[in-house]
Amino acid sequence: MSEKEYAVQMVGITKSFPGVVANKKIDFDLKKGEIHGLLGENGAGKTTLMNIISGFYRPDEGEIYVEGKRVKMRSPKDALKLGIGMVYQHFTLVPEFKVAENILLGMDVVGRKLSLKATASLIEEQAKQLGFTVNPWSKVADLSLGEQQRVEILKILLRGAKVIILDEPTSVLAPVEISGLFNVLKQLASQGKSIVFITHKLNEALEICDRITVLRTGMKIGTLSRSEITSTLEIVRMMFGVEAEPALAAEVPKTLGKEVLKVENLVVQSDRGVDAVKDVSFSIREGEILGLAGIDGNGQKELAEAISGARKIKSGRIYYKGEDVTGLGLADLHSRGVTYITDDRISEGLIQDFNLAENVVLKDFRKNGVRRGLFIDWKKASKIGQELIEEYELAAAKPNSLAQTLSGGTQQKLLVGREIGGDASLIIANQPTHGVDAKTTAYIRKKLVERASKGSAVLLISNDLDEIFSCSNTIAVIYEGKILGILDRQSATREDVAYLMIGVKKA
Amino acid sequence: MLRVATPILLAALGECYVENAGILNLGIEGIMLFSAFTSFLGAVAANSSLIGLLVGLGTGLLLGLILAVLYVTLKSDQIVVGIAFSLSAIGFTSLYFRLLYGTTLPKLPVKEWVVNIPELAAIPIIGRAFFNQPFLVYVSIALVPLFYYILYRTRFGLKVRTLGENPMVADTAGINVFLYRYIVMLIGGLLAGLGGAYLSLYQVSLFQDNLIQGRGYVAIAIVMFARWNPLKILGGALLYGGAEAFAGAIQALGYLRTIPAEIVLMLPYIITILGLVALARRARFPPAFARPYRREMK
Repeated sequence: MSEKEYAVQMVGITKSFPGVVANKKIDFDLKKGEIHGLLGENGAGKTTLMNIISGFYRPDEGEIYVEGKRVKMRSPKDALKLGIGMVYQHFTLVPEFKVAENILLGMDVVGRKLSLKATASLIEEQAKQLGFTVNPWSKVADLSLGEQQRVEILKILLRGAKVIILDEPTSVLAPVEISGLFNVLKQLASQGKSIVFITHKLNEALEICDRITVLRTGMKIGTLSRSEITSTLEIVRMMFGVEAEPALAAEVPKTLGKEVLKVENLVVQSDRGVDAVKDVSFSIREGEILGLAGIDGNGQKELAEAISGARKIKSGRIYYKGEDVTGLGLADLHSRGVTYITDDRISEGLIQDFNLAENVVLKDFRKNGVRRGLFIDWKKASKIGQELIEEYELAAAKPNSLAQTLSGGTQQKLLVGREIGGDASLIIANQPTHGVDAKTTAYIRKKLVERASKGSAVLLISNDLDEIFSCSNTIAVIYEGKILGILDRQSATREDVAYLMIGVKKA
Repeated sequence: MLRVATPILLAALGECYVENAGILNLGIEGIMLFSAFTSFLGAVAANSSLIGLLVGLGTGLLLGLILAVLYVTLKSDQIVVGIAFSLSAIGFTSLYFRLLYGTTLPKLPVKEWVVNIPELAAIPIIGRAFFNQPFLVYVSIALVPLFYYILYRTRFGLKVRTLGENPMVADTAGINVFLYRYIVMLIGGLLAGLGGAYLSLYQVSLFQDNLIQGRGYVAIAIVMFARWNPLKILGGALLYGGAEAFAGAIQALGYLRTIPAEIVLMLPYIITILGLVALARRARFPPAFARPYRREMK
């Protein structure tokens, strides 16, 4: 195959962020006129890789070729000049500006100096060509998310993009809008544009893509053309791994005690006001770890926040140790023994400008003996911090180290240690090992199982099947806000769970 | 009233661009003070108020550049740096003024570039106000529609406003966020410098400790209650100018002797606060306001 057939080739791309290697020696190529699916779980490195092609990030290692020529891009401007444009998951439109203003912005960067009126007529023309209409004088804030996405696509087309990258484009769309988007994409491909379609939804990738590349944990697993794909199982295995089922992190308790948490017909709304958790019911008993498997963004965060008291619920009831606690807040539930390990340690879990000891005693300062009237006993706080450092083997940390100076893994251990260190009866752990190294991961899992064997109930939310299988005694799968199944750890297989995670009930 | 409003109007127009691009420059007070000081020195040394004015402009540009390095490149906290800069300006200018002149005040040269149309200035009441003013008064008013047009009707203005809304949008559109934030800081510095020079050379015709007396901060307040719109800034500046002129008139004419002078002098600031409370409560700040931009965040 001659090099002329490729719009973009990436060779050996590596990109690290503090504490995480997001891309490890990835090769990727994009043919002219194809729709190429980039598939993988959250955190697999898809968005990072595309941020590199679009010039937003600079790779640590690796080479990029555009139409056979080696290029070095320093900024999105360089990528735009090469005809590469990206539709970000969080749109890059200014809601307060009109459609035409948003599109005019930066058009001169690619050498098109236009008036607002000329831009408006170009917009209408281009939209018509793709089979939809857009009012260039509408304020972007007044448009639906589907319409905003079209504006994004028009924006990069009018800047002369030949390569169009869409990051999770269907996540914001209603089902009708999705088929509309697919029509637009097919039309663009038939006009010779090359499209990268980033998704974690297998069905969508199979429906529209000519080829599919699967990434997992920052590495490329493989690229398949549509004709090579014989069964969806093959792709599921590539996405979630085919290793043998992992050994248990520790012996999970076999006999369960009294019911600790019961959730009935829970409905919870997301920040955008749509139902994120839909009619969910389950219960967890003493000594039980319920592993809630699911791909990020299927309502897990809303569910965890609702149960921990951090988010209002729309309807349904929550019982804790037989008591109806529906509507109680975080502090009330925390004092009753409910603890919540957030998946967002940076902004929700720890205060980055506080030191380690301060972060440790922050939540329980009424109980843990550091309070002395109006004052805080800092010696005692420091001692508690030191104990946690020793127990959790926090490398290179001191009680007076600022949280922001600690590595991601150390921060996570600190957060987990603080939350499960006390006498919690119910532990809600949302992605407790996300982005931490293997050793820390094993350690955190062991601690969770330890707590369960001491009689705590644990809700373990994770998108990592290894984690679900190594720690749980019951497995539930959440997809688009609904629990698709609750399985027993002993009889469930990875395939069963993986299928449910992508919303397919196996025959 | 126009004469009194001019330094505030100039500084506020510059700050309007700075804030629209997502920067809060509390150092504006310091820039005005430094420029008032250097332009006074320049004018005395060269015996020309015009030379003084140019020195003030240069000072404003230079200080705008220095603050841009701190705000944009070094990503320092804009509030802390701005206040520290303005406070140090008071100490610095007062000290050097003493060192240079002791207690004998130098005489300013004759003012050049004052517009005077005697026939029209003879019109009662409004004549002097409109037709016998330093040219900078006319310049500052002419800048208002120009600044409005550039901000809302040109590509440059669109880019500036995008920086305050969401710098990442600008970045992905291929716009150099840092370059444009430097440009607005230079514009802001230039105009604050012009305002400071006008104050010492034309309005009060002298230099003294803390000459600016919070006019830079008033300019920031006016920008906010004018909702970052140059046309409304003119209104705000005139309101302040009117209050200050009124306070001056009360004192000069000797009315209301029973009211202490200090109360009268507070009037312009009180009116500014009331205006802020009335108009700025529902103000929508640029979302990226006072936040430095970093590209690679994870």
